[in-house]
Amino acid sequence: MILDSKIPAGPLAEKWTKHKFSSKLVNPANKRKYDVIVVGTGLAGASAAASLAELGYNVKAFCFQDSPRRAHSIAAQGGINAAKNYQNDGDSIYRLFYDTIKGGDYRAREGNVYRLAEVSVKIIDQCVAQGVPFAREYGGLLANRSFGGAQVSRTFYARGQTGQQLLLGAYSALSRQVANGKVKLFPRTEMMDVVVIDGQAKGIVTRNLITGAVETHAAHAVLLCTGGYGNVFFLSTNAMGSNVTAAWRAHKRGAFFANPCFTQIHPTCIPVSGDHQSKLTLMSESLRNDGRVWVPATQEIAEKLRKGQIKANDIKEEDRDYFLERKYPSFGNLVPRDVASRNAKYVCDEGRGVNETGEAVFLDFRDAIKRDTRKIIEQKYGNLFDMYKQITGEDPYEMPMMIYPAVHYTMGGLWVDYNLMTTVPGLYALGEANFSEHGANRLGASALMQGLADGYFVIPYTVGDYLAQLAPTKVDENHPEFARAKEEVKQGIERLLKINGNKPVDYFHKRLGKIMWDKCGMARTEVGLKEAKADIQALKKEFWTNVKVLGTNEELNQTLEKANRVADFLELGELMVDDALNRNESCGGHFREEYQTPDGEALRDDENFAYVAAWKYLGEGKEEELVKEELVFENVKLTQRSYK
Amino acid sequence: MTWVTKTLNSTLGRKLIMALTGLFLILFLTGHVSGNLLLFKGDGGQAFNMYAKFMTTNPAVKLLSYLTYISVIGHIVYSIFLTQHNKSARPVSYSTSNGSSNSAWSSRNMGVLGTIILIFLVVHLQGFWYQMHWGAVPTVEYEGETYKNLFEIVSFAFQNELLVVGYVLAMVFLAFHLSHGFASAFQTLGLNHKKYSPAIKAIGQVYCIVVPTLFASMPLYIYFTS
Amino acid sequence: MKLTLKIWRQKNATDKGGFATYVADHVSKDMSFLEMLDVLNDQLTEKGEDPVHFDHDCREGICGMCSLYINGKPHGPQQTTTCQLHMRSFSDGETITIEPWRAKAFPVVKDLVVNRSAFDRIIQAGGYVSVNTGGVPDANEIPIPKTVADLAMDAAQCIGCGACVAACKNASAMLFTSAKVSQLALLPQGQVERKTRAEKMVAQMDAEGFGACTNTGACEAECPKGISITNIARMNREYFSAVVSSDNM
Repeated sequence: MILDSKIPAGPLAEKWTKHKFSSKLVNPANKRKYDVIVVGTGLAGASAAASLAELGYNVKAFCFQDSPRRAHSIAAQGGINAAKNYQNDGDSIYRLFYDTIKGGDYRAREGNVYRLAEVSVKIIDQCVAQGVPFAREYGGLLANRSFGGAQVSRTFYARGQTGQQLLLGAYSALSRQVANGKVKLFPRTEMMDVVVIDGQAKGIVTRNLITGAVETHAAHAVLLCTGGYGNVFFLSTNAMGSNVTAAWRAHKRGAFFANPCFTQIHPTCIPVSGDHQSKLTLMSESLRNDGRVWVPATQEIAEKLRKGQIKANDIKEEDRDYFLERKYPSFGNLVPRDVASRNAKYVCDEGRGVNETGEAVFLDFRDAIKRDTRKIIEQKYGNLFDMYKQITGEDPYEMPMMIYPAVHYTMGGLWVDYNLMTTVPGLYALGEANFSEHGANRLGASALMQGLADGYFVIPYTVGDYLAQLAPTKVDENHPEFARAKEEVKQGIERLLKINGNKPVDYFHKRLGKIMWDKCGMARTEVGLKEAKADIQALKKEFWTNVKVLGTNEELNQTLEKANRVADFLELGELMVDDALNRNESCGGHFREEYQTPDGEALRDDENFAYVAAWKYLGEGKEEELVKEELVFENVKLTQRSYK
Repeated sequence: MTWVTKTLNSTLGRKLIMALTGLFLILFLTGHVSGNLLLFKGDGGQAFNMYAKFMTTNPAVKLLSYLTYISVIGHIVYSIFLTQHNKSARPVSYSTSNGSSNSAWSSRNMGVLGTIILIFLVVHLQGFWYQMHWGAVPTVEYEGETYKNLFEIVSFAFQNELLVVGYVLAMVFLAFHLSHGFASAFQTLGLNHKKYSPAIKAIGQVYCIVVPTLFASMPLYIYFTS
Repeated sequence: MKLTLKIWRQKNATDKGGFATYVADHVSKDMSFLEMLDVLNDQLTEKGEDPVHFDHDCREGICGMCSLYINGKPHGPQQTTTCQLHMRSFSDGETITIEPWRAKAFPVVKDLVVNRSAFDRIIQAGGYVSVNTGGVPDANEIPIPKTVADLAMDAAQCIGCGACVAACKNASAMLFTSAKVSQLALLPQGQVERKTRAEKMVAQMDAEGFGACTNTGACEAECPKGISITNIARMNREYFSAVVSSDNM
């Protein structure tokens, strides 16, 4: 099978314009005859649902939270990139395109990334028009900052709550369409399956989380905007409810899953404090603009620190190892996320970690406070420092912060073509749920950009192109496929409720998370991955015989919800391991210890691995089939990333 | 006039009425307390009685007094509406509630305070206002003109310890009612700004102490001086 | 730490419900409040008892999904969300009472879970700027004074958790509603629909059965995002000036 990415031919800068022109249009009077299902109401989902409803389509929007406004996009802190070049500092669409391709370690499609950079400028206009209160300069114009080591200031922000403000903007647009009757909202409803008829997606099966009712919904197209799968690691910066279920069930119905092993580990998170830990909290990476990352120079000093015999401030300057500044003199503390994370792991592996668990490094603001005064630091990072204190009980103005990497974002996801369509016609994936724009590593402030680009400016064109080819007649919900899919979902639920084992769901989720973190986390080896695969298979078996799910389906049953999600994580975990085993190179968020340069940097293998690894589900218990989409680079030259 | 009724039936419309009537009653209290200061004059009540006559006969004051009656009634009726509405907004109450950690006692008990003040008002009106208008009040003559001798009634009434204690207590409740009501009325009207709100709050705090204190000092003064 | 937990249990919306008492042992000071409940739930599950249902999602204080009325205060003793509340705020041997948000407009779904969709409907009534995707002016076309943008941001920070309603003795939603009315009334983008927005959002707020504001300030004191009641004053202004000057009869 050959995967067709449907990237339009022609010069990079003209691809999208040409594509929009060649896309078919739905007659305005006919739009009301088409139904579109949008699953997930984060940035991608809310913006897509609102935009499609504005065009006249009938939209049904689903989310498992109690309100669309609570989708996890809300937690993004830092900002959103756009090639506005308002700062006159040399930014351009091409530069944003180039930075994104390079940052992604050359594992993304040129055409998609260029389009992303191209529409980025319109996102800011749209959000401002909605009333998003972006930060401004005294003259009243929009403020920008440089983010995540970018050489230009192209990041727009709303204090430390950019994701929140953008989501509330999209949510307000969505709410307007709900009021107009063009969007029907289904909160506290989880998608359980996709209904595929004659190879085309025609609807979904859902479970009402309050009543347990399993229902079907028919539509001409289904959009999955269901976010990433970072919670496969149990501990991540994702929300507790973030899950892979929608994407995974779609995968089992024929949508290929691409690059599952590409996970981003964010360097500045608050370290784990004990077994009870349920999630990890990220602190904006803007902290690295002023904070200095260090560990004690020797194991002995670190040992004393861990035992509480000395305090961080007692350690003399010469006994501190500012390892990022030492190894990467030109980028210093601002190296990309994957590099910063991996190096933190290295020093902790050497026994130089600084908290009780030995898995933390310092992020120190002592010098910045000395240089700029405490007041300035307070203005810049006050809310983050407060948050840190709230969680750890320690005052970062007095003591250096402790940070450790945590799973943050998944670049992999459902394979989509240029139209954001999966391998199942009529089934689309937007935002973090798809695999596309970020390659093997995502740049800071680009997730928000991609989610909104997909929802506001890409899908309205591409879904129209597809719908225009369908007859404007209602999808028949009485088709036997709907009943069959519904029955299968019910059986799946029954199966879980019948096990009545001895262990709570979290017990399995935590164990899966540990396997994934230890063996398929920041650094991976062939041996470790093979062990992981066996471990996951064993765990999966145990789960299906020993998990304890109490209660019934016909009620609000949070344990059942979790069990459903963990069951899918267990299957996804194995595929991630397969993908990591297959990719015999290191690139971006995927680091195989066997493939590194003599000085420990990621070693890409462009000759053999410049492809998208798309996986095809072949059935229960069968190994998935790898289908490659070769990446073609016509505009950028593949180079080794260097931040020395 | 649907928009008018719609507005007056909205929570904000009802609050507006509470605020406007409340502010008018504050104005009334100011006038009332200033006039009654004549009780302290020590002239055997002449100035006070003349003032009382003026207040009951002057047409402009009459108009004001009708406004006051309307305000009192409006304030009471709308407070009942709002209290009922507010009660129904939380049909099941909390088993444990720690209101003192987030708000002032008086602000949470305006209804209770208002009810006590209403009871006081009935007693007060019956004792003086009703007497003045329709009761058998002795008269007194100043410079050839006849006046109702309200001063005598007041002086007689405040020989009674119980009544004095009742009046003083009522003024304590009034003080608490005003301590929240004064600034709250401005907030309801939408007048909250960093430039002048601190002043409103300060004036409110002074007002809620000074006016009830002056009122309370009257029965005490009469009780202890006669 | 060892704690006694008095938790509201209610099987479903129609069940009467009541308190159940549990003992939480070996509670670490570093645990978040919700992690303490996670541990309790795992223990309940192992014993075959239905775990305590409560809403939560991001666990970093921004999604607004977590609730809980803890010891007589929404989100507990600190001015933060419940997910950011840590057990070091409690002392060994303490009894903690946990109740759901209580308001007619927030009916209990199960245990500590309530339905807050009334907030969504208030936003649907007018908490938006009616612009379609595309065709908007350049973002820098209308300068906005920094002070105004900052004030709008102060209001826009609302996470819609409902602590204001829970804290208010009248179960009033004025802080929530006013935050959105204020944000859009302050910004030039919100001017076109300014009057209608204030009228419609207030009408919806009333229709949902929330109480009226008596200016106790409890909402502001308990708001995890520190939304100020100056927003309520602004909403009142907006509303009063709208009803006397808008075109809506």
